[in-house]
Amino acid sequence: MPNRSEIWNFLFGRLTLDSFPFLHNNLEGYIVLAVFIPVCLGGIALLAAITKYKKWGYLWHEWFTSVDHKKLGIMYMILATVMLLRGFSDAIMMRSQQAISFGPNTGYLPPEHYDQIFTAHGSIMIFFVGMAYIVGLMNYIMPLQIGSRDVAFPFLNNLSFWFTFWGAITFMISLFVGKFSTAGWLGYPPISELTHSPGVGVDYYIWGLQLSGIGTLLTGINFVVTIIKMRAPGMSLMKMPMFSWTTLVTSGLIIVTFPILTATLLLLSVDRYLGMHFFTAAMGGNLMLYINLIWVWGHPEVYILVLPLFGVFSEIVPVFSRKPLFGYASMVYASVAIMVLSYLVWLHHFFTMGSGSAVNSFFSLTTMIISIPTGAKIFNWLFTMYKGRVEMTVPMLWTMGFLFTFTIGGMTGVMLSVAPADFLLHNSLFLIAHFHNVIIGGVVFGIFAGVNFWFPKAFGYKLDEFWGKLSFWGWQIGFWVAFGPLYVLGLMGVTRRKSHFDDMSLQIWFIIAAIGSAIIAFGILAFIIQLVISYKRRKEYAVGNDPWDARTLEWATSSPPPAYNFAFVPNVRERDAWMDMKENGYKRPLTGFNPIHMPKNTASGLVITTLCFLCTFALTWLIWWLAVVSFVGVIVASIHHTFNYHREEHIPADEVHESENDPDNWALENQSVSA
Amino acid sequence: MNTTVANTVPTAPTDFYCVQEPPAHNGTLVGFWIYLMSDCFIFASLFVSYAVLGTNYAGGPTGAEILDLNGLAVSTALLLVSSVVFGFAMLAMQKRNKGAMLGWLAVAGILAAVFLSLEVREFLHMIAEGAGPDRSAFLSAFFTLVGTHGLHVTVGCLWLIVLMVQLARFGINDANVRRLQCLSMFWHFLDLIWVGVFSYVYLVGVLL
Repeated sequence: MPNRSEIWNFLFGRLTLDSFPFLHNNLEGYIVLAVFIPVCLGGIALLAAITKYKKWGYLWHEWFTSVDHKKLGIMYMILATVMLLRGFSDAIMMRSQQAISFGPNTGYLPPEHYDQIFTAHGSIMIFFVGMAYIVGLMNYIMPLQIGSRDVAFPFLNNLSFWFTFWGAITFMISLFVGKFSTAGWLGYPPISELTHSPGVGVDYYIWGLQLSGIGTLLTGINFVVTIIKMRAPGMSLMKMPMFSWTTLVTSGLIIVTFPILTATLLLLSVDRYLGMHFFTAAMGGNLMLYINLIWVWGHPEVYILVLPLFGVFSEIVPVFSRKPLFGYASMVYASVAIMVLSYLVWLHHFFTMGSGSAVNSFFSLTTMIISIPTGAKIFNWLFTMYKGRVEMTVPMLWTMGFLFTFTIGGMTGVMLSVAPADFLLHNSLFLIAHFHNVIIGGVVFGIFAGVNFWFPKAFGYKLDEFWGKLSFWGWQIGFWVAFGPLYVLGLMGVTRRKSHFDDMSLQIWFIIAAIGSAIIAFGILAFIIQLVISYKRRKEYAVGNDPWDARTLEWATSSPPPAYNFAFVPNVRERDAWMDMKENGYKRPLTGFNPIHMPKNTASGLVITTLCFLCTFALTWLIWWLAVVSFVGVIVASIHHTFNYHREEHIPADEVHESENDPDNWALENQSVSA
Repeated sequence: MNTTVANTVPTAPTDFYCVQEPPAHNGTLVGFWIYLMSDCFIFASLFVSYAVLGTNYAGGPTGAEILDLNGLAVSTALLLVSSVVFGFAMLAMQKRNKGAMLGWLAVAGILAAVFLSLEVREFLHMIAEGAGPDRSAFLSAFFTLVGTHGLHVTVGCLWLIVLMVQLARFGINDANVRRLQCLSMFWHFLDLIWVGVFSYVYLVGVLL
């Protein structure tokens, strides 16, 4: 007869009542409880509201099982926004802890909790905010820009989204069940090895990243094939809009780097689960192997994040300067050059490894060289504005903020690329200030620029300008107040990831930084108010297909676009295809439509990924029966999906006719709101 | 709505759009090929790890002591012949000869299954001798690289079985042809990886 604890262990693995931090009678327990209660109440309220208004069917049929790239794009954006709030809460907690934790005062976060927070902040911001936003933007815009009806593999697109979603859920669950990793956002061994992190934290981290990483890899393949195979007739590669070009380049980078992340995390997990010795300190393991591998993925990753936003700026600047993009071809070559070079710089993240001056010089030089194509891009945007009629709309404001902030961040990056200087600045707050400078100044500003620019396309009404501008200034001023002091502290030699300081003279800088993060919080709040107010005034803010008098194909179709995107596939003659159509007498056809083939919705993506999530959750908590059952479930569900041979349906020509002649869709045709 | 636009009958086809839906391009094969290239990067990472850790024996057995070249010759032959046989199946598929195609596929699958059973036997034998993956970094890298290849072959076998059922039930239709072409690429890809494994892990391992 097995006793009670054996049965418990079989059923729940290492999950016990003690695993729930909000039940603990200590400060950390109360903090988690204070988050847990509102999250529960909010969650229950949301589920109740969906049930009350009978929206489950709508959500299921129109969103969860949808394979429409536009809906998936919006779901990515929503996920990213929710995760931004989570990641930013972590940031506020760190800033307030560091502002008060001096001398005798140890602040309100014990080191163990603080370490979880900075680990979660970093990995959430990169994987579930940055990546989710850019994948969302690319998903929504790229197929429209190239005149296609959907992506090459619509089901795979849905599957990728749900992988990313469950990855994010894995991270979120660690907040309330067990602990999160304390090993930093890249999980360096030996701290991430079993001997130093025996708990579930690193396992949550590994599996969350594995799920979302697979999703991202599939997205990359999907986008590359879409761009290779599905461009509208006439659109040669050199006539493709810049945003689609950067999507291609980014997707290419995803394909050659994310498998390395998958493999590296796999090696860490076999160390942890099967007692192997890839990165352990003993038995011949080599932890620098992990650090090399993870940065071979990690450095291209930051270019994966920023390149699509370079594409966003390349769309926004010509539209609001009323000029074609300056130096289109050089923009393309610069993007491709960045793609190649980004693969050759990874070692600059650890010049201090001790690989010798020859190796360090090589990576120093490649790092400096990569600033050249980036600089070329900056000049191209400036020259596009030169002698243009620049309109200071909200997207343009974000672009200006980007040019200013990102350029300074780039220059501090060149400072760090000098290996001897890096020996002093390595792991200091100077580094923290630098990468926030480029990621906030480049990626975040680009995302907000893109959201403000394309929101009217996706929803048929534009975003409020006043709150948009407030949001911009909150971020712009807040950024410098928050990170300016970190540059100063970093030059003084203060290192990162510390929850307590003894030198009281440093405190003032941390207080200023905390004020800065409060100003950024205002910027985020203003963004949410902007969304709410715009929704309330959606009638007043309604726009037609082309509110900005823009240049590329996505503005040729209605806002929001129909499921099939274009009634007739466009025939591209010029680089700025929509501008060419407007200038040369294009009249929108109103009759003569053909039936259109579209992919059918499917629940397989949600089912397969939910089972994957269950399997990884079981592996985290060592619940072996559940791991086996859900793993078999994944295989069965995947095979079941392959027996479905009827994945397409027709939209009849009548329906297309109706939609194309519906005054609701086309009331404000070709009316510009800008200027 | 603008009435002048509404009254305009789209007369002669303008060259701004395609009056007839352009033919769809199926991207599955190129997409699968790109997937294989990404898989190549997983193996590249494992090969790199083996290159770095391959001589870190930590006092345990070396490659020369435990790797069995005779068994290797047999399993390599099995896998390479399996690839050739898969080629015969593809030829039969092109001639729409369903019986011959299924027959060749079955042979290819059986050869791969024998390859796998030899690999499992080798692994169990090594573990029984105290040369398991937790013995040293060299053995960790060895088991992970060879095992990941084996895992791919296992997935290939499972896929082969499912696809044979589908081919038998639904015939050689467009979707099944596409799937078989993908599986064929996968099969040959694993062969290619194996060539890397036996030359770099086994042959070099025995020399060191």
